[in-house]
Amino acid sequence: MTAHHAKPSNRGSLVDLVLRARELSIFVALVLLVVITTLVNPRFLSAQGVEDIFLNASILALLAVGQTLVVITRNIDLSVGSVIGLVAFVVGDFVSGTDHGVLVAVLLGVAIGAGCGLVNGLLVSFLQVPALVVTLGTLYVVQGVNHYIAHGRQINAAEVPSAILGLGNGDILGIPYLPLITVAVMLLVGYYLRAYPSGREFYAIGSSPEAARLAGVPIRRRVLAAYVAGGVLAGLAGVLWLARFGTVIADPAKGWELRVVAAVVVGGVAIVGGVGSVYGAALGALLITTIGSVLVVLKINSFWQEAIIGLLLLLAISADRVVALRVAQVLRKRNAAARTSPAPAAGEREPVNGVSR
Amino acid sequence: MDAETPPTPPTLALVNVGKAFGAVQALQGVTLELHAGEVHALAGENGAGKSTIVKTFAGVHRPDSGEVRLDGEPVVFGGPADAQQAGVAVIYQEPTLFPDLSVGENIFMGRQPRTGLGRIDRRAMHAAAAELFTRLGVPLDPQQPARGLSIADQQVVEIAKAISRDARVLIMDEPTAALTGQEVARLFTVTRTLQSQGCAILFISHRLEEIFELCQRVTILRDGRWITSEPLAGLTADDLVRRMVGRELSALYPKQDVVPGEVALEVSRLTREGVFTDVSFQVRRGEIVALAGLVGAGRSEVARAIFGVDRRDAGEVKVNGRGITGAGPTAAMDAGLALVPEDRRQQGLVMDMSIERNMGLTQLPALRRAGRLGPLLSRKVERDRARGWAERLQLKFSQLSDAVGVLSGGNQQKVVLAKWLATDPAVLIVDEPTRGIDVGTKSEVHRLLSELAGRNLAVLMISSDLPEVLGMADRVLVMHEGRLVAEIPRAEATEESVMAAATGQNGKAAA
Repeated sequence: MTAHHAKPSNRGSLVDLVLRARELSIFVALVLLVVITTLVNPRFLSAQGVEDIFLNASILALLAVGQTLVVITRNIDLSVGSVIGLVAFVVGDFVSGTDHGVLVAVLLGVAIGAGCGLVNGLLVSFLQVPALVVTLGTLYVVQGVNHYIAHGRQINAAEVPSAILGLGNGDILGIPYLPLITVAVMLLVGYYLRAYPSGREFYAIGSSPEAARLAGVPIRRRVLAAYVAGGVLAGLAGVLWLARFGTVIADPAKGWELRVVAAVVVGGVAIVGGVGSVYGAALGALLITTIGSVLVVLKINSFWQEAIIGLLLLLAISADRVVALRVAQVLRKRNAAARTSPAPAAGEREPVNGVSR
Repeated sequence: MDAETPPTPPTLALVNVGKAFGAVQALQGVTLELHAGEVHALAGENGAGKSTIVKTFAGVHRPDSGEVRLDGEPVVFGGPADAQQAGVAVIYQEPTLFPDLSVGENIFMGRQPRTGLGRIDRRAMHAAAAELFTRLGVPLDPQQPARGLSIADQQVVEIAKAISRDARVLIMDEPTAALTGQEVARLFTVTRTLQSQGCAILFISHRLEEIFELCQRVTILRDGRWITSEPLAGLTADDLVRRMVGRELSALYPKQDVVPGEVALEVSRLTREGVFTDVSFQVRRGEIVALAGLVGAGRSEVARAIFGVDRRDAGEVKVNGRGITGAGPTAAMDAGLALVPEDRRQQGLVMDMSIERNMGLTQLPALRRAGRLGPLLSRKVERDRARGWAERLQLKFSQLSDAVGVLSGGNQQKVVLAKWLATDPAVLIVDEPTRGIDVGTKSEVHRLLSELAGRNLAVLMISSDLPEVLGMADRVLVMHEGRLVAEIPRAEATEESVMAAATGQNGKAAA
């Protein structure tokens, strides 16, 4: 992220500032968490420990990037947990016992994910069915399809081609592929959302659908694109899941959809759309994953993990609300001041009555 | 077409356009031509169809009949994007901004300046926005988010958005309503520049002096129908007002003469910052007092503040000589106030709930009966009471357990009235009591209000329906831009005198 260079005023962009602040505060929380845990148990920060956290966070963060695209447009995709499972299983089934490479696996996985995204997107954008209901429906349908295909079987790591397993466990210069892929995707999507007109339209739609309509923004096409992109990333995540674990049962990522939504919201993406970044969402995913590892290291019962994620979520949204109110207040005051002071004469300002003729 | 029509076809025109929303005919046979280099005024009362015309030009609505013509050729705008493509820029009455995006992004959404590879050039975008604000003489920061802008600043952003389009046609729906005099002057300067560059402009304002200052031609609408299009030169404000209202006064409004009793509602120096200022008046028992004015004058807001829905910043409300203790609608109800709100469907009723339940909502404490686990609602008492009210108000229904949503508008309004009359109020405030109600039921509502006043109820009636105001009210209070500007006794109230006060015409003489 390059700092933007525009400087018509020295105030800087308050929108960006607030967003940065959010990403910064998650980062600080993350650092604190790591430091404290390391003080208690120095082995936490071992190379293996760090690598594990990044590996584990990669798939969640990838899904969080996709979910961000959807949530920013004031929608939601609950089907990702099922989709990633379906993809992992079907692709695993397809490549088992063959010598197919990574490319085939990725293409197949992405195609399945895109198909699921397309169905969600068409129902939400063209039939105008609420996203919560549509994706809850596809969540169950995809889950059912997965169980039907699996029929009690599972994919065995031994049968998966080593090229594909290498994707999940190999590295380049000591850095594993998985986080590299996630970071690359995150940077790409983040740059697109920020720098391209069509990217900004995702925010516009979520910020005010009515204003977007009047501004001629192609709402349906953008929402459809958000779902398809979300589906593609879920498909990619499914392939990575297969590559990382090798052994896959039916519907392996059950419950992940809510974890992804939690990561996105903790990461500062407003659930009502219009605000947030993929960087924040990815950081949110990293934070949630790290908490999981910390609990293990501190020997706290992992049942607590869910409760802690919940608390984090409540904390995040409460903080958002307080900050939003504060910012609005400050802005209103500043605007009032800005308007009265430099205006040369013309009497006192009355907000509604324009009776100064 | 008259002889003055220039040989070049109008840049944008509506020809014989009709548009209906459900049963309501919003526009009927409207023809409106916008010529290059001309500022055309559109005038008419509230609900005359002005905003529907704006949205038709903007591509939001498609006409049911007739056609839109661009440079003389028929054209169909499939949506706002098509209209924008054709060079039409619109400033809507209500600002439509993206609160989470920066002011600069709001202005240039969908057509941001690009660098190579199609990326947004933020520097150029913010510089262009800053230049627009300089032109408009408003010191706004292009990088700040739109959230938190005052209504006036939001309107400025809307204006900047429209101007930046370099449009061939500029439609302005009440752009000045929230602006100060200086900002209006700047807007006019910019408008004239655009005009001299050959832009065709449609200007809507309730302030007649602005119309005379800026425009060359005027089209007047009444009840969705085209009345006249003519040059403004030679017309006076009175002429405009007469053409806007000029309808037959029917004898549908039977207010009985009552000798007013004691003061039931006393409002003194009521103020809500930025909404209305220093509003004082009294309503006596047996009186119907109308609160007239244009949409946005602050009438409903006054009613909401009296009833405690909105906070009041200053001033006092007394019912039967006693100040209201406590805040909120509950305190107002305890003091003897009742409010029949403006929007029946959203505020007056719970549409999916049954008739009896809706009527019972205001009197839940009275419907309690002892149960083993504490007080329960008595459905029998609820039903009996509802039946009583239904008979009194001659409600037309099949079952009291039917959802109110299935009733006609008029009968729904009766349910709202019953709900509030059941609280046995001293003062009844009705906001637009007959909006969207058929003529027959309308006169029933009028008869009912008159009868209630006859029984010593004090009635404050907000209405945009001038014949209704003139027929029903003992006194007419007129609001203009958040202030009470006139009090007109029944004998002197005419459409002209009320409209003149509502459009701020007599302000100079009286104040």
